[in-house]
Amino acid sequence: MNLDDLDDLADKYRQEAADAEVEVRVCMAASCQSSGAQPVYDALTAAGEATADAPGRKCRIKGVGCMGLCSAGPLVAVAGPEDGLNESVIYRDVTPDDAGEILTSAVDPKASPVARLHCPSDLPFFARQQRVVLEHSGIIDPNSFRGYVVVGGYSAMVRALTEMTPTDVIAEITTSGLRGRGGGGYPTGLKWSTVAKTPAEQKYVICNADEGDPGAFMDRAILESDPHRVLEGMAIAAYAIGANKGFVYVRAEYPLAVERLKTAIRKAKRSGFLGNHICDTEFNFDIEIRLGAGAFVCGEETALMASIEGGRGQPRPRPPYPAESGLWGHPTLINNVETFANIAPIIREGGDWFAAMGTERSKGTKVFALAGTIVNTGLIEVPMGTTLRDIIEVIGGGIPGGKAFKAVQTGGPSGGCVPEAHLDVAVDYDSLKTLGTMMGSGGMIVMDETASMVDVARYFMEFCMSESCGKCVPCRTGTWQMHSLLDRIARSRASRSDLTLLEELCEVVQATSLCGLGQTAPNPVLSTLRYFRDEYEQKLTTPSGH
Amino acid sequence: MQRQRPDLPSADKRWKLVNATMRRNGYAEHALIEALHSVQDAFGYLDEEAMTFVADSLDLPLSKVYGVATFYHLFALKPKGRHACVVCTGTACYIKGAGALIEGIEQRFGVAPGETTADKALSVMSARCVGACGLAPAVVLDGTVIGKLGTEQLVARLEQEIAE
Repeated sequence: MNLDDLDDLADKYRQEAADAEVEVRVCMAASCQSSGAQPVYDALTAAGEATADAPGRKCRIKGVGCMGLCSAGPLVAVAGPEDGLNESVIYRDVTPDDAGEILTSAVDPKASPVARLHCPSDLPFFARQQRVVLEHSGIIDPNSFRGYVVVGGYSAMVRALTEMTPTDVIAEITTSGLRGRGGGGYPTGLKWSTVAKTPAEQKYVICNADEGDPGAFMDRAILESDPHRVLEGMAIAAYAIGANKGFVYVRAEYPLAVERLKTAIRKAKRSGFLGNHICDTEFNFDIEIRLGAGAFVCGEETALMASIEGGRGQPRPRPPYPAESGLWGHPTLINNVETFANIAPIIREGGDWFAAMGTERSKGTKVFALAGTIVNTGLIEVPMGTTLRDIIEVIGGGIPGGKAFKAVQTGGPSGGCVPEAHLDVAVDYDSLKTLGTMMGSGGMIVMDETASMVDVARYFMEFCMSESCGKCVPCRTGTWQMHSLLDRIARSRASRSDLTLLEELCEVVQATSLCGLGQTAPNPVLSTLRYFRDEYEQKLTTPSGH
Repeated sequence: MQRQRPDLPSADKRWKLVNATMRRNGYAEHALIEALHSVQDAFGYLDEEAMTFVADSLDLPLSKVYGVATFYHLFALKPKGRHACVVCTGTACYIKGAGALIEGIEQRFGVAPGETTADKALSVMSARCVGACGLAPAVVLDGTVIGKLGTEQLVARLEQEIAE
């Protein structure tokens, strides 16, 4: 199969679906489902069947992925079959009782939207985003292979397989300047070329979907909204490095993502887009799903591989890096979900197109999960280099209830808090590091003036303490000691020497832990000490107070 | 030489599901976590009989199986109550009062996360993050995510579920 054949296939699928003039899209991602999207979908379907012969535009009811504004769910969008999110009429907080009204307005081209539910799509929340990774999210049906092909899906893979050599593919990724979206920010092209250069009979591709940072749900949304996109990225990677077997390591806490991924793999295999002789070429690639079992440390690549091998998810020293000796000792490429989701558009539009977005050293866009005390909680995608203030105040809508902003936490338990004074910084890998935090996978937790920063530091340390795998002493013992010191400070039972001890311990654990979990565990403490030291000081007891 | 696989522990049909998972993975060592997931799906928890069966089937020492079962938070070694309430303690939920939910449950039912009431009606657990941050504070009650609940509403909901 070449690109023309794929175009013909997409045309055929498009023709078959051409009976509908307007689509009513119901967000069926996990968050909206929790707010009651299924009954809304059922009510719309029933209302649609009842009025199928009525005059007006032919209408299709479609379950789609995440539209982003989770706090206003269940979300419903009315749009032309080719329209994106910004051209849609979006409804918020929809209930099954609203189904009739929404349909009546949808089938009549002259009718105005149902005002009481209408959520303008020119709100900054929608208008200020630039959707690359999420371009199909909330538009296509994630369970439909055809739906993905119609929007140009798998064209990047077919182009790579039929028109490019593995070296060309890697060169394109290198040109794009894409860096690992899991948090590390390692250049993807460099990683790929290292694995490609390692000679071996057997190589593996792993997709890290063990999204463990509390407050981060980007990967879950991508897998629930556009699973084929991730499979396509993995297949292109496998072709580039010479692998024939892939694994997706996904959290068992994400049952819906697992289910949609399974469906996507089954359908791609059945249509010859995965498996042996993909699209009638010599390329073979098969993907299996491996479920995590609730261990944060398994997001670390060597621990993740130990878990896929069936053991306790404990990390091991690097080198050797997975690129040389990974899964069962074979060269292995590990990338995050969002990284793989960036691959297809880079191959489709070219590395230069991608490199034109973002900042000098961080290219492209980034998906962030906005949560905490903020008006618009949900998922957003913006170009690298957008300021934190834009993200929080403009796109996020600011702090609810007239409270004042205090800090935004990025990077999860490995990251830190950024105070008001630094909100104008342009977000990229390097600027956040300078501020003492990190990009992480993209979780952003906004805190208002009522949050106690000592409490936040203690919360993250409790997390690291219980998630420490116990293999190396600095992390196992250090996190426990730091937690008990923080607990004493939070209860106003600590002296100045306790604070000094805590700071020393931070340095030791950072410098001597085996893996990223321990090395970064002190970050929330260090960053809150850096910007909110007075909160610690206020809680110290004076020597005479004993 | 083909090693003798152990017999199923009993006539309980659920063992066949567990065995099927291991067979699908060729009884390979790396099928261990998948096998334990399948035991937990079928029986709700992992007991010694199940772990011994899995160990014998995959030709692994029982210590290794026990080591893996205790390493991962998701595996339960004790049976759960009739209803399971998982309180999300991710950052967003923490900021929005997950702690108060846990305290409220403890005051009303006398159980902390990881425990089950004496009458086996309710098990309470905490999760790292269920990814429903937009609905914080979130609770997973018998598999269904419920968001934006206050402590009183949650306790009332639990009482109602238990009474039914």
